[in-house]
Amino acid sequence: MSIMTARHAAPPAPEPESPIRTDDDVEVIRRTRPRTSDDDLILVGAVLGSLGTTWLLYEQVLPFSGSLGFFVSWYLVFLVFYAGLTAITRPRAVVVDRVMTSLVVAAPCVVGLALGSTVVVTLAKGMGALVHVNFFTHDMSGVRPSDAYSAGGALAAMVGTVIEVSIAVAIALPLGVITAVYMSEVGGRGARVVRTIVEAMTALPSIVAGLFIYTIFIVNLQMQRCGLLAALALAVMGLPIMARASDVVLRVVPGGLREASYALGAGKLQTVWRVVLPTARPGLATALILGVARMVGETSPLILTSGASTFLNWDPLHNPMNSLPLYIYNAVSSGEPRFEVRGYAAAVVLLAIVLTLFLLARLVARGRTR
Amino acid sequence: MAGLSNVPARTSLRVPDDGEEDVPRRIVAKQSTQDLVFTHGVRSIGMLVLVIVGSIGVFLGVQARPTFRHYGWSFFTEYRWLPAQDIVGIAAAMVGTIEVAMVALVIAFPLSLLTALFISDWAPAWLKPLMVRLIDMMAAVPGIVFGLWVLVFMQPHATHVAHWISKYFGWIPIFKVHTDVNYPIWNQAPGYPSYEGSAFIAGIAVSMMIFPMATAVMREVFSEAPAGEKEAALALGATRWSMVRTVVIPFGRSGIIGGTMLALGRALGETISVLLIISEAFKIKWNVLESGTATIAEVIASKSKEATPAQLSALLTAGFVLFLMTLLTNVIAASIVSRGRSGAGTEI
Repeated sequence: MSIMTARHAAPPAPEPESPIRTDDDVEVIRRTRPRTSDDDLILVGAVLGSLGTTWLLYEQVLPFSGSLGFFVSWYLVFLVFYAGLTAITRPRAVVVDRVMTSLVVAAPCVVGLALGSTVVVTLAKGMGALVHVNFFTHDMSGVRPSDAYSAGGALAAMVGTVIEVSIAVAIALPLGVITAVYMSEVGGRGARVVRTIVEAMTALPSIVAGLFIYTIFIVNLQMQRCGLLAALALAVMGLPIMARASDVVLRVVPGGLREASYALGAGKLQTVWRVVLPTARPGLATALILGVARMVGETSPLILTSGASTFLNWDPLHNPMNSLPLYIYNAVSSGEPRFEVRGYAAAVVLLAIVLTLFLLARLVARGRTR
Repeated sequence: MAGLSNVPARTSLRVPDDGEEDVPRRIVAKQSTQDLVFTHGVRSIGMLVLVIVGSIGVFLGVQARPTFRHYGWSFFTEYRWLPAQDIVGIAAAMVGTIEVAMVALVIAFPLSLLTALFISDWAPAWLKPLMVRLIDMMAAVPGIVFGLWVLVFMQPHATHVAHWISKYFGWIPIFKVHTDVNYPIWNQAPGYPSYEGSAFIAGIAVSMMIFPMATAVMREVFSEAPAGEKEAALALGATRWSMVRTVVIPFGRSGIIGGTMLALGRALGETISVLLIISEAFKIKWNVLESGTATIAEVIASKSKEATPAQLSALLTAGFVLFLMTLLTNVIAASIVSRGRSGAGTEI
């Protein structure tokens, strides 16, 4: 009796040894599937039926053409067929569910196609210049944009990007992280003001940050366009982004950990240095590397601040300094076919840099979760 | 009886009343020197950042004053940009900015919503982290790359779509193109606007930029939807979509709206892909499919280099207006996101 009541009280509890099953039969677990073959056949039927109908109507009967239109029509006809076929045997709720599932599955496919085609198109267009080693080892000095791909390259732009982004990161990253520590760990009224302003300034469009630096340094202080100013513009743009991203990461560090640290007698600095920052490390690294990736790809502040050089320039203080986004922009807007191809090749390099940074962020994040 | 009533008076600990008031002891947590240095150091750097960052806003605001004094309200109502004749206004650019952002939202919003739902409720467990990573990565793709993609790959297709829409839906004012739609797109009569370089096509590039941001916010909120309520819905016989419609979407409404607004803020400030794609034209144009428009960010990028100080001030004012627009959207977005049911802090 007591066994019975216990079982009734907690039916989902797993039974370690069922006393009923005494024979030696090996239980084969039945594979459960949410779908039946009927469902699968309805799907296949809808796909094939809509393909046939669309082909007949779109290509043969109606005066339409174009592959994009064909696929869109096919999808729409498929939705109608799928809904119709389902409605024959299933209630309305299931019909709606299937139509919505088709939409929900289609959306990431569309985005995936777009993203994939972005990479493929860029790679395909830039291949002509990419296969030449000199693209990575030469600059454009003394090379006409229309020259063959075996002369000239984007070395100056790559070096420029690395220098400018390094300076910008050296300014924005420590300031951003320390500001985040101030906002989430020290707190107080001042911190709230800083948080409000920093959050507001994440809305600053990058071109406005560039215009700010341009007006102050180039117009008012009569400075020359150089790499340092571009780095400053990037830093001004990136500082609020990094501070805010770090703040978000620090805030999700559980309060219990801090309290445990204080209870053990640690001071504020020790708590931040030994508990909060190590706990937040993977998240912090990811947020910061993504911020750096955003800086690497930012073009608009550079148009105004750095100037575009054709020659290799290691000095961020003097003379214009080229960078990859700027190189791409100048190449593509030049209208010279060969220069355009070089631009696409530079875009591939830029994508590769961003991708590398991203993979680095993943590695850092994964390495610390254990 | 009297004896009994005396007992509790004896046993209770009655502190003799000596006229002293009970005052809670003040607890003073004295910080060590190390901590004092740390706190003050961090605070001063925080204040430094506040000054740096705040000065940009103040600077833009101050720079805007001479422009307003010079042009007055006509700065907002004038659509022409003729610095040589001292006619400068951002009406056309403001309209263009909103148009491009709206086109981008119309494209990106359904894609983001459906993708976020796919990740939170449809994707198998192995696919979920992969897609989250892919979308984060997409957020890091430089805007100029999407600009190039639209320029080379999408524009030829998109002009067909624009032509088709304007041909069959041209009676809706925003889809009208002031040209003979019966001409094929590769053979437009000279002098008529074409379909290339329109707000619609720029919007495609911008939508790719804002999609990852909107999706990330929505996905995060959806993933916090209470599992108990979802299971309850399924246990009551709901299909997956009914469960999503009745539990996930109402729960994530703040994330949907907030994520969209954040994306809108980003879309308003997008520069380089718009600069690459559109053919600049200072005209108030509500027909999004027609070639030629301007956005504030794009005007700043294209006009700053050869600007005189007066024009530069006008451009800075335009930048200030743009900043205020994005700021307003972000503030609204933040307040909507924080007002939602989700988003409570993490505690052990």
